[in-house]
Amino acid sequence: MSQLKFYLPVLGFVVVAIALWRGLYLDTKTLPSMLIDKPLPNFELTSVDGSDVSNSDLPKQIFLLNVWGSYCLPCLIEHPTLMRLSEEGEIPVVGVNYRDRQDLAVDWLLENGNPFSFSILDESGRFGIDLGVYGAPETYLVDAKGVIRFRHVSVLDETVWQELFLPAIAELRAEGI
Amino acid sequence: MNSSAILPNRNLLLLIAVCIALLASLLLPSAAYAQVDTFEFETEEQQDRFRTLSDELRCPMCQNSSLSGSTGGVAEDLRREIHRMIMEGMSDSEINQFMFDRYGDFILFRPRLTAATVLLWFGPLLFLLLGGLIAFGIWRRARKITVSDTQLDKSQQERLKQLLGDKT
Repeated sequence: MSQLKFYLPVLGFVVVAIALWRGLYLDTKTLPSMLIDKPLPNFELTSVDGSDVSNSDLPKQIFLLNVWGSYCLPCLIEHPTLMRLSEEGEIPVVGVNYRDRQDLAVDWLLENGNPFSFSILDESGRFGIDLGVYGAPETYLVDAKGVIRFRHVSVLDETVWQELFLPAIAELRAEGI
Repeated sequence: MNSSAILPNRNLLLLIAVCIALLASLLLPSAAYAQVDTFEFETEEQQDRFRTLSDELRCPMCQNSSLSGSTGGVAEDLRREIHRMIMEGMSDSEINQFMFDRYGDFILFRPRLTAATVLLWFGPLLFLLLGGLIAFGIWRRARKITVSDTQLDKSQQERLKQLLGDKT
Protein backbone atom coordinates (compact mmCIF):
# COMPACT_ATOMS: atom_id res chain seq x y z
CA MET A 1 0.00 0.00 0.00
CA SER A 2 2.73 2.46 1.01
CA GLN A 3 4.65 1.39 -2.12
CA LEU A 4 1.62 2.26 -4.21
CA LYS A 5 1.50 5.66 -2.57
CA PHE A 6 5.06 6.26 -3.64
CA TYR A 7 4.66 5.04 -7.21
CA LEU A 8 1.29 6.63 -7.96
CA PRO A 9 2.60 10.21 -8.22
CA VAL A 10 5.61 8.97 -10.20
CA LEU A 11 3.27 7.14 -12.58
CA GLY A 12 1.09 10.24 -12.85
CA PHE A 13 4.13 12.32 -13.68
CA VAL A 14 5.28 9.90 -16.38
CA VAL A 15 1.82 9.80 -18.02
CA VAL A 16 1.49 13.60 -18.05
CA ALA A 17 5.09 14.03 -19.25
CA ILE A 18 4.55 11.64 -22.19
CA ALA A 19 1.29 13.36 -23.14
CA LEU A 20 2.88 16.82 -23.03
CA TRP A 21 6.00 15.62 -24.88
CA ARG A 22 3.82 14.29 -27.67
CA GLY A 23 1.89 17.54 -27.65
CA LEU A 24 5.09 19.46 -28.44
CA TYR A 25 5.36 17.68 -31.78
CA LEU A 26 1.71 17.65 -32.85
CA ASP A 27 0.96 19.46 -36.10
CA THR A 28 -1.47 22.16 -35.04
CA LYS A 29 -0.99 24.29 -38.15
CA THR A 30 -2.74 22.03 -40.64
CA LEU A 31 -6.47 21.85 -40.10
CA PRO A 32 -8.44 18.80 -41.19
CA SER A 33 -11.06 19.70 -43.78
CA MET A 34 -14.70 19.41 -42.74
CA LEU A 35 -15.70 18.74 -46.35
CA ILE A 36 -14.02 15.39 -46.86
CA ASP A 37 -16.60 13.00 -48.39
CA LYS A 38 -19.03 15.88 -48.86
CA PRO A 39 -20.09 17.28 -52.24
CA LEU A 40 -18.34 20.37 -53.50
CA PRO A 41 -20.39 23.41 -52.39
CA ASN A 42 -22.70 24.93 -54.98
CA PHE A 43 -21.51 27.99 -56.85
CA GLU A 44 -22.81 30.25 -59.55
CA LEU A 45 -20.04 32.70 -60.23
CA THR A 46 -17.97 34.03 -63.07
CA SER A 47 -14.59 32.73 -64.11
CA VAL A 48 -11.42 34.81 -64.29
CA ASP A 49 -11.97 35.22 -68.06
CA GLY A 50 -15.48 36.54 -67.44
CA SER A 51 -17.81 33.66 -68.37
CA ASP A 52 -20.52 32.25 -66.10
CA VAL A 53 -19.51 29.07 -64.27
CA SER A 54 -21.37 26.69 -61.98
CA ASN A 55 -21.04 23.12 -60.68
CA SER A 56 -22.19 21.70 -64.04
CA ASP A 57 -19.01 23.04 -65.65
CA LEU A 58 -16.76 20.89 -63.46
CA PRO A 59 -14.95 17.91 -65.05
CA LYS A 60 -16.91 14.65 -64.91
CA GLN A 61 -13.81 12.80 -63.72
CA ILE A 62 -11.33 12.99 -60.83
CA PHE A 63 -9.86 16.50 -60.78
CA LEU A 64 -7.92 18.96 -58.66
CA LEU A 65 -9.42 22.17 -57.30
CA ASN A 66 -6.55 24.54 -56.61
CA VAL A 67 -7.03 27.70 -54.54
CA TRP A 68 -4.68 30.43 -55.75
CA GLY A 69 -4.09 34.17 -55.90
CA SER A 70 -1.74 36.53 -57.73
CA TYR A 71 -0.49 37.78 -54.32
CA CYS A 72 0.41 34.25 -53.21
CA LEU A 73 4.13 33.45 -53.43
CA PRO A 74 3.84 29.73 -52.58
CA CYS A 75 1.43 29.48 -55.55
CA LEU A 76 4.38 30.33 -57.82
CA ILE A 77 6.36 27.50 -56.27
CA GLU A 78 3.69 24.91 -57.01
CA HIS A 79 2.86 26.42 -60.40
CA PRO A 80 5.32 24.28 -62.46
CA THR A 81 3.79 21.11 -60.99
CA LEU A 82 0.25 22.23 -61.83
CA MET A 83 1.44 23.17 -65.35
CA ARG A 84 3.01 19.74 -65.85
CA LEU A 85 -0.08 17.87 -64.54
CA SER A 86 -2.35 19.86 -66.81
CA GLU A 87 -0.13 19.85 -69.92
CA GLU A 88 0.60 16.13 -69.73
CA GLY A 89 -3.11 15.47 -69.28
CA GLU A 90 -2.51 13.64 -66.01
CA ILE A 91 -5.45 15.28 -64.25
CA PRO A 92 -7.68 18.30 -64.97
CA VAL A 93 -7.03 21.28 -62.67
CA VAL A 94 -9.76 23.79 -61.84
CA GLY A 95 -8.71 27.01 -60.10
CA VAL A 96 -10.33 29.08 -57.41
CA ASN A 97 -8.98 32.61 -57.61
CA TYR A 98 -9.34 33.48 -53.94
CA ARG A 99 -9.61 37.05 -52.58
CA ASP A 100 -7.88 38.53 -55.60
CA ARG A 101 -8.63 41.11 -58.26
CA GLN A 102 -9.71 39.96 -61.70
CA ASP A 103 -7.21 42.16 -63.60
CA LEU A 104 -4.32 40.97 -61.39
CA ALA A 105 -5.42 37.34 -61.83
CA VAL A 106 -5.55 37.69 -65.63
CA ASP A 107 -2.07 39.27 -65.66
CA TRP A 108 -0.69 36.53 -63.42
CA LEU A 109 -1.99 33.79 -65.72
CA LEU A 110 -0.63 35.57 -68.83
CA GLU A 111 2.77 35.98 -67.22
CA ASN A 112 3.17 32.53 -65.66
CA GLY A 113 0.98 30.30 -67.82
CA ASN A 114 -2.50 28.93 -67.19
CA PRO A 115 -2.77 25.35 -65.91
CA PHE A 116 -6.51 25.67 -65.15
CA SER A 117 -9.48 24.45 -67.25
CA PHE A 118 -11.06 27.56 -65.75
CA SER A 119 -10.66 29.59 -62.57
CA ILE A 120 -13.64 30.44 -60.41
CA LEU A 121 -13.44 34.13 -59.53
CA ASP A 122 -13.98 34.44 -55.78
CA GLU A 123 -13.10 38.06 -55.10
CA SER A 124 -15.14 38.26 -51.91
CA GLY A 125 -13.83 34.98 -50.48
CA ARG A 126 -17.43 33.82 -49.97
CA PHE A 127 -16.98 30.58 -51.94
CA GLY A 128 -13.74 30.04 -50.02
CA ILE A 129 -15.71 30.10 -46.76
CA ASP A 130 -18.06 27.40 -48.04
CA LEU A 131 -14.99 25.34 -48.92
CA GLY A 132 -13.40 25.96 -45.53
CA VAL A 133 -10.40 27.68 -47.11
CA TYR A 134 -8.12 29.56 -44.76
CA GLY A 135 -5.43 30.70 -47.15
CA ALA A 136 -3.95 30.04 -50.57
CA PRO A 137 -2.58 27.68 -51.70
CA GLU A 138 -4.88 24.78 -50.93
CA THR A 139 -5.64 21.86 -53.24
CA TYR A 140 -8.72 19.63 -53.11
CA LEU A 141 -9.03 16.24 -54.77
CA VAL A 142 -12.57 15.87 -56.12
CA ASP A 143 -13.99 12.63 -57.52
CA ALA A 144 -16.09 12.11 -60.67
CA LYS A 145 -19.30 12.56 -58.68
CA GLY A 146 -18.16 15.95 -57.42
CA VAL A 147 -17.38 14.74 -53.90
CA ILE A 148 -14.32 16.15 -52.10
CA ARG A 149 -12.03 13.29 -51.10
CA PHE A 150 -8.79 14.87 -49.94
CA ARG A 151 -7.33 18.26 -49.14
CA HIS A 152 -3.76 19.44 -49.05
CA VAL A 153 -2.88 22.78 -47.46
CA SER A 154 0.19 24.69 -48.75
CA VAL A 155 2.48 23.92 -51.68
CA LEU A 156 1.70 20.99 -53.97
CA ASP A 157 5.11 20.10 -55.39
CA GLU A 158 6.23 16.91 -57.15
CA THR A 159 7.01 15.22 -53.81
CA VAL A 160 3.57 15.98 -52.40
CA TRP A 161 2.02 14.84 -55.67
CA GLN A 162 3.89 11.51 -55.53
CA GLU A 163 3.47 10.85 -51.84
CA LEU A 164 -0.01 12.15 -51.04
CA PHE A 165 -2.06 12.64 -54.19
CA LEU A 166 -1.11 9.58 -56.25
CA PRO A 167 -1.96 7.13 -53.41
CA ALA A 168 -5.25 8.96 -52.76
CA ILE A 169 -6.13 8.81 -56.46
CA ALA A 170 -5.16 5.11 -56.63
CA GLU A 171 -7.53 4.49 -53.71
CA LEU A 172 -10.37 6.26 -55.55
CA ARG A 173 -9.72 4.25 -58.71
CA ALA A 174 -9.75 1.03 -56.67
CA GLU A 175 -13.22 2.06 -55.42
CA GLY A 176 -14.22 2.46 -59.06
CA ILE A 177 -14.97 6.16 -58.84
CA MET B 1 2.04 57.11 15.49
CA ASN B 2 5.35 55.57 14.57
CA SER B 3 6.23 54.42 11.09
CA SER B 4 6.14 50.71 11.91
CA ALA B 5 2.43 50.99 12.64
CA ILE B 6 1.73 52.63 9.28
CA LEU B 7 3.78 50.25 7.20
CA PRO B 8 1.47 47.19 7.25
CA ASN B 9 -1.42 49.40 6.07
CA ARG B 10 0.63 50.77 3.27
CA ASN B 11 1.55 47.26 2.14
CA LEU B 12 -2.07 46.24 2.25
CA LEU B 13 -3.06 49.19 0.09
CA LEU B 14 -0.31 48.34 -2.38
CA LEU B 15 -1.49 44.74 -2.50
CA ILE B 16 -5.08 45.81 -3.18
CA ALA B 17 -3.89 48.18 -5.91
CA VAL B 18 -1.90 45.41 -7.60
CA CYS B 19 -4.87 43.05 -7.41
CA ILE B 20 -7.17 45.62 -9.01
CA ALA B 21 -4.62 46.26 -11.77
CA LEU B 22 -4.32 42.53 -12.47
CA LEU B 23 -8.09 42.08 -12.58
CA ALA B 24 -8.43 45.04 -14.90
CA SER B 25 -5.78 43.65 -17.24
CA LEU B 26 -7.72 40.38 -17.37
CA LEU B 27 -10.90 42.14 -18.39
CA LEU B 28 -9.47 44.53 -20.95
CA PRO B 29 -7.31 42.75 -23.54
CA SER B 30 -10.03 42.01 -26.07
CA ALA B 31 -10.78 45.70 -26.27
CA ALA B 32 -7.12 46.48 -26.87
CA TYR B 33 -6.75 44.17 -29.88
CA ALA B 34 -10.18 44.40 -31.49
CA GLN B 35 -10.21 45.19 -35.19
CA VAL B 36 -12.16 48.21 -36.30
CA ASP B 37 -14.93 47.31 -38.70
CA THR B 38 -17.63 49.61 -39.97
CA PHE B 39 -20.57 47.26 -39.55
CA GLU B 40 -23.92 48.81 -38.77
CA PHE B 41 -26.46 47.22 -36.48
CA GLU B 42 -30.08 47.99 -35.74
CA THR B 43 -29.96 47.23 -32.04
CA GLU B 44 -27.35 47.19 -29.31
CA GLU B 45 -28.15 43.53 -28.67
CA GLN B 46 -27.10 42.67 -32.23
CA GLN B 47 -23.84 44.53 -31.71
CA ASP B 48 -23.19 42.67 -28.42
CA ARG B 49 -23.88 39.34 -30.10
CA PHE B 50 -21.48 40.25 -32.91
CA ARG B 51 -18.79 41.12 -30.38
CA THR B 52 -19.27 37.92 -28.37
CA LEU B 53 -19.34 35.70 -31.47
CA SER B 54 -16.23 37.23 -33.01
CA ASP B 55 -14.46 36.90 -29.64
CA GLU B 56 -15.40 33.24 -29.25
CA LEU B 57 -14.59 32.17 -32.79
CA ARG B 58 -10.98 31.55 -33.68
CA CYS B 59 -9.22 32.85 -36.75
CA PRO B 60 -8.38 29.75 -38.86
CA MET B 61 -5.37 31.44 -40.43
CA CYS B 62 -3.68 33.17 -37.52
CA GLN B 63 -4.03 30.34 -35.06
CA ASN B 64 -4.05 31.93 -31.62
CA SER B 65 -6.20 34.97 -32.13
CA SER B 66 -9.95 35.33 -32.27
CA LEU B 67 -11.82 36.62 -35.30
CA SER B 68 -12.16 39.96 -33.55
CA GLY B 69 -8.43 40.23 -32.94
CA SER B 70 -7.16 39.19 -36.35
CA THR B 71 -6.24 41.21 -39.42
CA GLY B 72 -6.14 38.05 -41.58
CA GLY B 73 -8.15 38.00 -44.79
CA VAL B 74 -10.26 35.02 -43.83
CA ALA B 75 -11.02 36.58 -40.41
CA GLU B 76 -12.25 39.71 -42.17
CA ASP B 77 -14.49 37.59 -44.42
CA LEU B 78 -15.84 35.60 -41.47
CA ARG B 79 -16.63 38.77 -39.48
CA ARG B 80 -18.56 39.99 -42.51
CA GLU B 81 -20.44 36.68 -42.63
CA ILE B 82 -21.29 36.90 -38.90
CA HIS B 83 -22.66 40.40 -39.47
CA ARG B 84 -24.73 39.21 -42.44
CA MET B 85 -26.15 36.26 -40.50
CA ILE B 86 -27.03 38.38 -37.47
CA MET B 87 -28.83 40.89 -39.71
CA GLU B 88 -30.67 37.99 -41.40
CA GLY B 89 -31.94 36.98 -37.97
CA MET B 90 -29.99 33.78 -37.47
CA SER B 91 -29.45 32.60 -33.89
CA ASP B 92 -26.05 32.28 -32.22
CA SER B 93 -26.20 28.49 -32.36
CA GLU B 94 -27.04 28.59 -36.07
CA ILE B 95 -24.06 30.87 -36.69
CA ASN B 96 -21.77 28.62 -34.64
CA GLN B 97 -23.06 25.62 -36.61
CA PHE B 98 -22.34 27.46 -39.89
CA MET B 99 -18.75 28.00 -38.77
CA PHE B 100 -18.38 24.44 -37.45
CA ASP B 101 -19.66 22.93 -40.73
CA ARG B 102 -16.89 24.69 -42.61
CA TYR B 103 -13.95 24.91 -40.22
CA GLY B 104 -14.62 22.22 -37.62
CA ASP B 105 -13.83 22.16 -33.92
CA PHE B 106 -10.78 24.29 -34.55
CA ILE B 107 -12.79 27.47 -35.00
CA LEU B 108 -14.64 27.17 -31.70
CA PHE B 109 -12.78 28.72 -28.77
CA ARG B 110 -15.61 27.28 -26.64
CA PRO B 111 -15.32 23.61 -27.62
CA ARG B 112 -18.31 21.31 -28.05
CA LEU B 113 -18.80 18.50 -25.55
CA THR B 114 -17.64 15.32 -27.33
CA ALA B 115 -15.75 12.18 -26.36
CA ALA B 116 -12.53 13.93 -27.33
CA THR B 117 -13.22 17.04 -25.24
CA VAL B 118 -14.65 15.41 -22.09
CA LEU B 119 -11.28 15.66 -20.36
CA LEU B 120 -11.00 19.29 -21.39
CA TRP B 121 -14.37 20.15 -19.87
CA PHE B 122 -14.29 17.99 -16.76
CA GLY B 123 -10.53 17.54 -16.21
CA PRO B 124 -10.31 20.49 -13.81
CA LEU B 125 -13.27 19.12 -11.81
CA LEU B 126 -11.58 15.71 -11.74
CA PHE B 127 -8.37 17.23 -10.41
CA LEU B 128 -10.33 19.25 -7.85
CA LEU B 129 -12.03 16.07 -6.62
CA LEU B 130 -8.71 14.22 -6.52
CA GLY B 131 -7.07 17.05 -4.57
CA GLY B 132 -10.10 17.22 -2.27
CA LEU B 133 -9.89 13.50 -1.56
CA ILE B 134 -6.19 13.72 -0.75
CA ALA B 135 -6.75 16.77 1.46
CA PHE B 136 -9.64 14.98 3.20
CA GLY B 137 -7.42 11.92 3.81
CA ILE B 138 -4.68 14.04 5.32
CA TRP B 139 -7.16 15.95 7.48
CA ARG B 140 -8.75 12.72 8.77
CA ARG B 141 -5.42 11.19 9.67
CA ALA B 142 -4.34 14.38 11.40
CA ARG B 143 -7.52 14.33 13.49
CA LYS B 144 -6.88 10.75 14.66
CA ILE B 145 -3.59 11.74 16.28
CA THR B 146 -5.04 13.17 19.49
CA VAL B 147 -3.29 14.27 22.63
CA SER B 148 -3.78 10.87 24.29
CA ASP B 149 -1.82 9.24 21.46
CA THR B 150 1.14 11.43 22.16
CA GLN B 151 1.14 10.83 25.92
CA LEU B 152 3.28 8.07 27.34
CA ASP B 153 1.80 5.33 29.47
CA LYS B 154 3.44 4.23 32.71
CA SER B 155 5.91 1.69 31.30
CA GLN B 156 6.98 4.17 28.64
CA GLN B 157 7.47 6.84 31.31
CA GLU B 158 9.70 4.43 33.22
CA ARG B 159 11.77 3.70 30.17
CA LEU B 160 12.10 7.40 29.35
CA LYS B 161 13.33 8.06 32.87
CA GLN B 162 15.84 5.26 32.52
CA LEU B 163 17.14 6.58 29.26
CA LEU B 164 17.44 10.12 30.48
CA GLY B 165 18.44 9.09 34.00
CA ASP B 166 22.12 9.74 33.65
CA LYS B 167 21.79 13.07 31.93
CA THR B 168 19.21 14.81 34.10
